[in-house]
Amino acid sequence: MYQILSKDMLTPTICRMKVEAPRLAAAAQPGQFLIVRADEKGERIPLTISDFDAKRGTVTIVTQKIGASSSDIIAYEPGEAFNDVVGPLGLPSDFTEMDAEKLSAMRYIFIAGGVGTAPVYPQAKWLHEHGVAVDVIIGAKTKDLLIYKDEMASVCDNLFICTDDGSEGFHGMVTALLEKLVAEGHNYTQAVAIGPMIMMKFTTLTAKKLGLPIIVSLNTLMVDGTGMCGACRVSVGGKTRFACVEGPEFDGYLVDFDEAMRRQGQYKAEEAEANEKHVCKIGRGK
Amino acid sequence: MANRIPRVPVREQDPKVRATNFEEVCYGYNKEEALLEASRCLNCKNPRCMTACPVSLQIPRFIAELAAGNIAGAAAVIAEDSSLPAVCGRVCPQETQCEGSCILGVKGEPVAIGKLERFVADYSRQEGKPAAENAGAKAKNGHKVAVIGSGPAGLACASDLAKWGYDVTVFEALHKAGGVLEYGIPEFRLPKDKVLKHEIDDVRALGVKIETNVIVGRTITIDSLMDNEGFEAVFIGTGAGLPKFMNIPGENLNGVFSANEFLTRNNLMKAWREDYLTPIHAGKKVCVVGGGNVAMDAARTALRLGAEVHIVYRRTEAELPARREEVHHAAEEGIIFDMLTNPVEVIGDEKGWVKALKCIRMELGEPDESGRRSPVPVAGSEFEIPTETVIMALGTSPNPLISKTTQGLETSRRGCLVANEEGATTRPGVFAGGDAVTGAATVILAMGAGRTAAKAIDNYLKQA
Ligand SMILES: Cc1cc2nc3c(=O)[nH]c(=O)nc-3n(C[C@H](O)[C@H](O)[C@H](O)COP(=O)(O)OP(=O)(O)OC[C@H]3O[C@@H](n4cnc5c(N)ncnc54)[C@H](O)[C@@H]3O)c2cc1C
Ligand SMILES: Cc1cc2nc3c(=O)[nH]c(=O)nc-3n(C[C@H](O)[C@H](O)[C@H](O)COP(=O)(O)OP(=O)(O)OC[C@H]3O[C@@H](n4cnc5c(N)ncnc54)[C@H](O)[C@@H]3O)c2cc1C
Ligand code: SF4
Ligand code: SF4
Ligand code: FES
Repeated sequence: MYQILSKDMLTPTICRMKVEAPRLAAAAQPGQFLIVRADEKGERIPLTISDFDAKRGTVTIVTQKIGASSSDIIAYEPGEAFNDVVGPLGLPSDFTEMDAEKLSAMRYIFIAGGVGTAPVYPQAKWLHEHGVAVDVIIGAKTKDLLIYKDEMASVCDNLFICTDDGSEGFHGMVTALLEKLVAEGHNYTQAVAIGPMIMMKFTTLTAKKLGLPIIVSLNTLMVDGTGMCGACRVSVGGKTRFACVEGPEFDGYLVDFDEAMRRQGQYKAEEAEANEKHVCKIGRGK
Repeated sequence: MANRIPRVPVREQDPKVRATNFEEVCYGYNKEEALLEASRCLNCKNPRCMTACPVSLQIPRFIAELAAGNIAGAAAVIAEDSSLPAVCGRVCPQETQCEGSCILGVKGEPVAIGKLERFVADYSRQEGKPAAENAGAKAKNGHKVAVIGSGPAGLACASDLAKWGYDVTVFEALHKAGGVLEYGIPEFRLPKDKVLKHEIDDVRALGVKIETNVIVGRTITIDSLMDNEGFEAVFIGTGAGLPKFMNIPGENLNGVFSANEFLTRNNLMKAWREDYLTPIHAGKKVCVVGGGNVAMDAARTALRLGAEVHIVYRRTEAELPARREEVHHAAEEGIIFDMLTNPVEVIGDEKGWVKALKCIRMELGEPDESGRRSPVPVAGSEFEIPTETVIMALGTSPNPLISKTTQGLETSRRGCLVANEEGATTRPGVFAGGDAVTGAATVILAMGAGRTAAKAIDNYLKQA
């Protein structure tokens, strides 16, 4: 069993938890994810590893309430335990394998959207600790939905905030802010976008326009996460790839985002039905 | 003469009824039927049935015990060679193995060896006899062995080693043990809680530890197991889980699934049950591409979820690689077989969902080197089958996760682990068997390979 050690709500629908998973924590690297199955009847839900502590044997997950399964996950309280937590899954971010010389020449700009901010954190942290230049843009619809501001500020050189409604930071989308930063003379060598598929699509278009290479982290549908089912397949450069074992990070220029977005909605009808029938399992009596 | 008795028919669920539920299709023999069927065996001196069983189960011996009414004795005989009799009795391709060679089959009907094996296993289980008791576990010898994968190969290897006193831990990537038996083969052929769970509990009862949610190559590596955790030998039984696709246009449309995804959602995640959260999509009409056991299982699952189901296969019924019994059951239940038909494209609607499967008619050409007549397309015969869902059941290959993350493990061109007849890989102390070595095969072969490797591991550790 995988005990929840702490829990805090970052917004009314985004929850951070520290979970005991010693083997996983010892092996985790930035860019990787895990799969949680809350209880015996639960779905296998992929979530990015937002932080890991090999010594204490813990991993941090940040979950946004979307449908039935994510609601179940965030209903758990410290002291309770998830049935299953497995990982780390997927490939670590490219930079973890770059040689020091190449790395020192890099200037990263991370573009984080919504709950996608949490997955950016371990990557920025790793780079910052290795002395690499890192800037981060955090974007959200409105001020109350911004997460990880303080944590992020401590692991990057410059933190930029933007909100769609202008309630905090730059008034506008992450794409506009990215263009502005580049226009102001920030000469980034690599962009990384993590957030909703649609945001990654448009950020990639902007990066392309700016001639900036971009990596995106795809949150496709998944079942096993080990390459066994093919639910996670995406077209990258015209080839079918399995996001769970060959990703989740890919070269944004090559990703067929329209297909990826369409495939994400594959179980919409079934999920909608489940959400309607679903009774939230708070106080499950165990 | 005993062999004048006709083969005792086995009771099954009515095809019309079972097409709408996930209950087991075949009820199996009761005691009376089993004893009668057992009495048909001639107890041959040179039993051809036994030679044709991949694990050389002592068929005449166990049947003789059964015929004498000593069911516990029969179970003990079976336990000497098989650790999964309730499973094999249900899913072995008996018609090409034991029963296919039974002497009674020459002129009449072979002894129903599989059904008898199943009866003995089911009966012993209902009487609450764990295998551990039957086999008599030895005292621990202090040597640690890691088994990777909890399919039939891994479970068989672990059982034998535990019986000989080894301290065995099985590492399984999924949240449940059993491999294909759990995630691939459906409930209506192999009940999970009623049958499989007990066979796995029996393995646990021997002292085998099963750690689920551990992906070797990600969570831990073979090197870390051997260098840091004190495992002196490792058995790799990771199966052949990687699904194949056809690489035809439209394969990534919504509504195209691999059989693995479809079956995993249904079996491992129990999507067919209202109270489980994982969704599954079959729709009103489903085309399953392929002709093996996997295709039959996917088709019959989709049928039970309420769809009209077509099996699309490029050769003829005679070449279907699935077990005869499964093809027969599928046809009885109302699966439609579109033979000599090969998909060339999946066609989608404006929203990106499957609308039709475009196929071409095939004909059987000249026999190739293997003697099989290979199918060739009939020019200009393309046509469309309207459908909502397409399930690709084209076979699987081994997952490269372990070979990529372990030093010194050689693989073949097809991605299979290279191992000798004893199961030794190219790395000392590391053994392998089952689908990971042979590519997709059968439960009994995987089990046999696990047991062979167990012997080799025992020898290796005794010499070390
Ligand atoms: C590699 C990876 C990393 C991820 N990391 C995180 C993370 O750190 N935090 C987090 O909150 N979420 C993350 N996700 C997404 C998370 O898995 C989904 O939000 C979750 O599966 C939704 O399940 P549900 O049952 O609550 O919603 P459902 O009821 O299944 O879905 C509700 C609606 O959301 C859509 N949807 C379903 N799955 C996804 C998905 N994977 N992405 C986007 N939309 C989806 C569906 O179209 C559906 O209409 C990640 C996904 C992947 C693949
Ligand atoms: C749908 C279907 C129907 C079938 N029907 C029949 C039938 O009727 N009769 C028959 O004889 N055969 C049948 N087969 C074939 C048979 O199931 C397989 O040949 C057999 O299960 C192979 O056993 P195995 O132990 O080698 O591998 P598997 O059963 O595949 O088990 C491998 C296990 O290893 C785990 N694993 C993989 N990688 C890792 C890793 N890196 N770390 C940890 N664990 C890992 C997997 O999750 C899995 O649990 C069928 C197969 C399928 C898919
Ligand atoms: S294990 Fe399979 S092949 Fe061997 S006797 Fe039993 S059913 Fe026949
Ligand atoms: S070949 Fe047939 S009759 Fe002879 S021992 Fe085997 S099962 Fe019995
Ligand atoms: S999630 Fe099943 S193969 Fe990627």
